Amino acid sequence: MRRVLWLISALFAAWASMAVAAIDTYEFADEAQRQRFRVLTEELRCPKCQNQNIADSNAPIANDLRREIHRMLDEGQNDEQIVDYLVARYGDFVMYRPPLTGKTLLLWFGPALLLLLALLVLISVVRRRKASVQTTDNTALSAAERERLSHLLDKKSHD
Amino acid sequence: MRRAILLLPLAIFLLVAVFLYRGLFLNPTELPSALVGKPFPAFDLPSVDDPANRITLADLKGKAALVNVWGTWCVSCRVEHPVLNKLAEQGVVIHGVNYKDINADAIQWLKDFHNPYQLNINDEQGGLGLDLGVYGAPETFLVDKQGIIRDKFVGVIDERVWRESLAAKYQALVDE
Repeated sequence: MRRVLWLISALFAAWASMAVAAIDTYEFADEAQRQRFRVLTEELRCPKCQNQNIADSNAPIANDLRREIHRMLDEGQNDEQIVDYLVARYGDFVMYRPPLTGKTLLLWFGPALLLLLALLVLISVVRRRKASVQTTDNTALSAAERERLSHLLDKKSHD
Repeated sequence: MRRAILLLPLAIFLLVAVFLYRGLFLNPTELPSALVGKPFPAFDLPSVDDPANRITLADLKGKAALVNVWGTWCVSCRVEHPVLNKLAEQGVVIHGVNYKDINADAIQWLKDFHNPYQLNINDEQGGLGLDLGVYGAPETFLVDKQGIIRDKFVGVIDERVWRESLAAKYQALVDE
């Protein structure tokens, strides 16, 4: 009985290790290379499916590009060369992080610009409000007014 | 001044509305090709009908042509095929790149549906397709006499597409 159990667990272990191998079909020289593969495939966009990166997509083109990236990593090309290779074929579109060019200036600095604008608006609104509060807060009465006030109050108390 | 500020939200709304309205008519699958204006990538591949017959970039030069990337696995290529046949009959030079296909299937397809291609490149491994930045068949490249890619069309070429946009572009390349 014990032997049967052992056999079953050994078979299960073998099956489990096979299953892992079936998912990860690429072999890497070292952990650093595996890491680079992961980062590259996650930062590059699948040209066919558009809203998925190359790592996630099951499209045939994404599969080809994963293989191609793995091949280039194996050849010892650096990340920049690999990205350039893909950009030369599919354009800037494949980069999830677009390069800083004249065309993408607004894309990169637009949010900061909007924030700055919002801050300016906020400051001007606060300033204006403060100024208007100050003017209405000016409750000091002139001498004539004070005279008139006490006169009115006096008159009322006498009644 | 006060009045003008009150109108500001309306102005912003209108601006956003204009952009969104325009977005309705944009085709997100149409990517600007990185290859327009660049030379057609070099290749050395067998012909579909005869593996012994090699086709290279040199064969492509000399005549303005359409280079059509297709495959028997591609459903919309079947829709496009009769249009290509008609264009070939009219004398339009069309070359085919059979992309990631089984060669026997491709031969059968050309036998069944007629062959509009002058050069019939067999790109079984998809290497040329990769160099061309192909992400979905059918894709058609307009190549001039010097072998420079001048334009690219992704999707099915139907009669309307040909009449309204590609015919004039092709004619311009022929007349160059």
